Amino acid sequence: MPVYRLEIETRAGLPDALADETLHRVRTHLGASAPRVAELRTRRRYLIELEGAGIERIRDALIDPVVERGALGTLPTGGDPWVVTVGFRPGVTDSVGRSVRRAAQDVLATAAEGDAGTVGEVFTATMYLMSGISRAEVERVADELLYNPLIEQLTIERAPHAASVEPPRVGSSSTRAPATARVPLRALDDEGLERVSREGMLALNLAEMQAIRAHFMKLGRDPTDAELECLAQTWSEHCKHKIFASPIDYTDPAGRTWRVRRGLFREYIRGVTEALADLRELQELDPEGEPFLVSVFHDNAGVVRFTDADHLVYKVETHNSPSALDPYGGAMTGIVGVNRDSLGTGIGAELLTNVWGYCFGPPDHDAPLPKGLMHPRRVREGVHAGVIDGGNQSGIPYSRGWELFDARYAGKPLVYCGTVAAMPVESAGRPNHHKRVVKGDAIVMLGGRIGKDGIHGATFSSAQLDEDSPVQAVQIGDPITQKMMADMLAEARGRGLMSGITDNGAGGLSSSVGELATLTGGARIDLAEAPLKYPGLAPWEILISEAQERMTVAVRPAALAGFLELARQREVEASVLGEFTDTGRLEVTYGDEQVVDLELDFLHDGVPLPVLEARWEPPARALSSLESVEDATDDGDAATSLLELLARPNVRSSAALARHYDHEVKGLSVIKPLVGAWGDIPATATVMRVRHGRPEGVILAEGVHPFYSDIDTHAMATAVVDEGVRRVLCAGARLDRLSALDNFCWPDPIVSARTPDGRHKLAQLVRCCEGLREACEVYGAPLISGKDSMKNDALLGGVKISIPPTLLVSVMGQTRDVRTAIGLAPLRPGDDVYLLGVTAHELGASEFARMRGLVLDSVPRTDLIAAIARYRALVAARDAGLIRSAHVVGRGGLAVSLSHMVMASELGLELDLSRLVTPELPLAAALFSESTGRVVFTARPDARAAIADALASHELKRLGVVGAARARRGEGARGWLRIGLRHRLYVELGSARLRRFFAGEGGAGEGAGAGATEAKEGA
Amino acid sequence: MKANSIIAAPGCAAAAFGVDLARARDVRVLVMTGYGLNCEAETAAGFSMLGAEVTRAHAAEIFEGGPDALRGYHVLAFIGGFSFGDHIASGRVYANRLRYRLGERLARFIDDGGLAIGICNGFQTMVKLGLLPALGRAPASGLAPQTASLLHNDRLGYRDAWVRLVIEQASPCAWTRGLAGPIELPSRHGEGKLVFLDDELATAVAAAKLIPVRYADAEGRPTERWPDNPNGSPGGAAGLCDASGRLFGLMPHPEAFLYPESHPEWLARRDAGTLPEFGAGLGILAGGVRAAIEG
Repeated sequence: MPVYRLEIETRAGLPDALADETLHRVRTHLGASAPRVAELRTRRRYLIELEGAGIERIRDALIDPVVERGALGTLPTGGDPWVVTVGFRPGVTDSVGRSVRRAAQDVLATAAEGDAGTVGEVFTATMYLMSGISRAEVERVADELLYNPLIEQLTIERAPHAASVEPPRVGSSSTRAPATARVPLRALDDEGLERVSREGMLALNLAEMQAIRAHFMKLGRDPTDAELECLAQTWSEHCKHKIFASPIDYTDPAGRTWRVRRGLFREYIRGVTEALADLRELQELDPEGEPFLVSVFHDNAGVVRFTDADHLVYKVETHNSPSALDPYGGAMTGIVGVNRDSLGTGIGAELLTNVWGYCFGPPDHDAPLPKGLMHPRRVREGVHAGVIDGGNQSGIPYSRGWELFDARYAGKPLVYCGTVAAMPVESAGRPNHHKRVVKGDAIVMLGGRIGKDGIHGATFSSAQLDEDSPVQAVQIGDPITQKMMADMLAEARGRGLMSGITDNGAGGLSSSVGELATLTGGARIDLAEAPLKYPGLAPWEILISEAQERMTVAVRPAALAGFLELARQREVEASVLGEFTDTGRLEVTYGDEQVVDLELDFLHDGVPLPVLEARWEPPARALSSLESVEDATDDGDAATSLLELLARPNVRSSAALARHYDHEVKGLSVIKPLVGAWGDIPATATVMRVRHGRPEGVILAEGVHPFYSDIDTHAMATAVVDEGVRRVLCAGARLDRLSALDNFCWPDPIVSARTPDGRHKLAQLVRCCEGLREACEVYGAPLISGKDSMKNDALLGGVKISIPPTLLVSVMGQTRDVRTAIGLAPLRPGDDVYLLGVTAHELGASEFARMRGLVLDSVPRTDLIAAIARYRALVAARDAGLIRSAHVVGRGGLAVSLSHMVMASELGLELDLSRLVTPELPLAAALFSESTGRVVFTARPDARAAIADALASHELKRLGVVGAARARRGEGARGWLRIGLRHRLYVELGSARLRRFFAGEGGAGEGAGAGATEAKEGA
Repeated sequence: MKANSIIAAPGCAAAAFGVDLARARDVRVLVMTGYGLNCEAETAAGFSMLGAEVTRAHAAEIFEGGPDALRGYHVLAFIGGFSFGDHIASGRVYANRLRYRLGERLARFIDDGGLAIGICNGFQTMVKLGLLPALGRAPASGLAPQTASLLHNDRLGYRDAWVRLVIEQASPCAWTRGLAGPIELPSRHGEGKLVFLDDELATAVAAAKLIPVRYADAEGRPTERWPDNPNGSPGGAAGLCDASGRLFGLMPHPEAFLYPESHPEWLARRDAGTLPEFGAGLGILAGGVRAAIEG
């Protein structure tokens, strides 16, 4: 098919925003040696396959007549700039190309009969025209900023550039017929089995390979390549959660050894949820037949009861390994992938809001990086951009967003993405939360086409990252293809056209069909019916490809014609692949050829589970001396420390980046993710309506404290549950409708030559699960969904980098009326300021200790029983209308919370901490300790007696009062923070000054030391 | 209050915005969906709260709906979102599709005195479709050529933040008529800088007062400075209407400010006793409903 080249650029005289942004990145990201680019312009280049006439009309439709100019072939460059062209590698998803193709088809569809050409594929690229620098400098800019060789290809030319029309087409030379091979497993010894696993990227261990060999010896035949792949996907750590399923012999810190017989998941995670479900029933908390827990653990996401009309669905995922290789594509796939989890729960749900959280290496990292690692700053920018585009283009606002930084995340970033969805209680007159698949239902694949994308994604994420990690493990999402599919699914659900649905994520069709098949006891599909992006895929590749934007749907034969017609009208590709059966087998053919014939029992339950070994044997840590702690916590340094703390990457405002994410679409937000007079303070929790016209709302927050793991993962787990719960309660959540999600990201906890400390890492996991269970049980927060990512190690250049054990607990609360929500900002001068909860000298692994380089073991411990009693009292006072604003004390301690309150309200806080400070708890420790279970709130002075009645028995301390804003140095009325001990003032800081540090601008020309001087002058 | 009480029932906001509820029920609003658009629920809820009868339909249904697919509707809402991912340029592919598949019927709808509002992606689409500003377009002459556009924000990238708009009181715009302003709304876009084909057209548009809303600073003066003006639009132009005033588009989102609690400062305002009963975004939608009632 002939190929036409089209170049488009912004007209001269108009700003080229991409060029400006690129120049800015060259200047800020490449350090002192940044090339001095004299001029930079950008262009878009399209290669359009077209048979027949019509290219001029297509050209005219693609160029904006007001602000752009364009030409077929090449546009003149003027001068002799370097022409850098960045396009995709063959087979990589080009979503812009798809839209150009649609536009071209629209143009040709209106042409007179016989005149119209046919459009093939469209390939897009971005061109950068740069002058004033050498070729070597151009290459540096391209390598470090403009392209990722895993997914993109680069050409550098000197103008005038060639009018090249060679598209990155896949498989044009490959005409190999898809064929299925037998793997002669029965004849292999153990060494041979391990080789097959390693060379095939199967990530199956010897015991698993032996189980497969034994199974096929019994059958009297060898497995096909596809069967082996199918088993590897289904048995992968990613899909089977073996570390959480296996029994563990555990030696605890006291030296006692016992066996976690049922494995961590059944013992602790499902265990606590079942215990809480029983308790609710015993206490008759829910009306007959309307249990709070609607669907947990067996579907793609957890479902809880919300209103008479809707359930709430919540799932949080991680997408760490793909984001390390291709930050933009990997992270985008993370968000649109977790969206599909909700779309594929029950008969489907409507996406409501996203959450995200990332752990990265330090953005200012300046040491050399091992080969194969991207600079943390580039990873960060790419991850944000991917989730921004994925969320915004899908029309889903975000509610929660956070970032943490530590050198140990430079090897593997953590990318958490989650979605809350609203599930109508009924659709087409039937309950919506469970699937109704029966034998004979058609298996329909919906959405995108299949390519080599993401092959071995599931097994890859179950292995550690190294230089040989597979390129094809990277998938790129196409939010618009998925959005069109999601809209169509909502219509299909409303018409009752589906009996079941699940998403094609890890493991592709092998997992989605394999899982749905358990509902009827079998499935049969023909891979020759599956639409492919390009020819040349072997059947096993079609079966396990993780190409994005695909759902697998079960449709009754009587509804099939209607379903397929709706898909056609909505331009969503749908293919009938087979049907559900009751043969007890997963049967896969390619035309007449048998590809897979596996017993479901063996597929799902055949994986051997070893007994794992865990032993608490923490590495020795040299603790800081008492003197160094006393030096660091000198009262006179409090103001300086606060300013420095506010500027720390783990504390400072992320507003500049976070405002690129939409948080308003749908028009339902009530407490937004960023709050306060300047919209830059992270909300304690977010509050959102779920339906227009109704008052009920969902309240979201989370806890994440990975650095506590360095001391004790039990304390870490209780701290994160506590913080998540405390946050939603502050904002207005009901105590009786809490639910939580667990997301574990761990370094490899299986002892091996590469992981000699595996026993301890597994013991850390056991203790973490113990803490998680205890906290959820005491707080009455069932775990409704979760995920684990267990191999977050990177071996690069011979250096092993393991992440700190990281548990994210996401808490979902509910309110009957969003108008009762409470914010963190004090509202009125004269109100009292209270601290509720115990402040102990718990600086261990705190942000303050990290800042001062202190190694301590005083990690915050949570007294769960005392805390829940306190929260019950707090909630009662809140519901009685006594609380006007409320905020948690979290990372950075009390001083950071108070700073948030000042900056958000632009009011003053006049505080005397003498009731808090003791000889054992000096001022700095009181201000920066991260003791859990604490809330700072404000209340009317006339409520003082009522507040005391309600809360005095729960460690209540009145710290001072809210003051009026003051005009300072011509800046208008601003808030301020004054903290003293009786007659001596230690901190006096204006909000503008706090904000300069919090916004990360404080370092320039203004040291934090000046803040201390100011405070001392005020004293 | 009952746990499941409905707090924003259909028609509840009509009186507050001068809409005659009895007559609003005859106003038919069409909200076209699909292709990556995504603001259908809030747009429909807004018109519904004002008492109008709202139909939500996938654009493909309208394309295939025969010559009278738009007949009977008084208001056409081009909603926000990411039609076709804003690939190529915002609204470009969707405008192209509308021109080819619905162009004649759209032109007839306008000639018949229909009202239309385009919000964000809908505004971008209306401009690229030639519906705005359409200066000098003669009746029964089909769609006008594109003479304006919306360029990338001066600071590259999508941004979500609230903005303040002042209202051009002398504008013929039916949608902003009677609004005193300033009005606060969320702004959420990456391509919002309004530019015209040439200076002559820009002057004519200004002279005809076709820019009904402008980004303003804290003192209420139109501004080109970030962040009060999120995109660098000249003169602070945030929207555009045609000469009849019946077709209007703007970048900020009135449909995302239906409830008083949508405003970022609602808690402080409630405490100060200055929180209104409804979101101010309804004021703009109400202008269209009132114009439809008046005919």
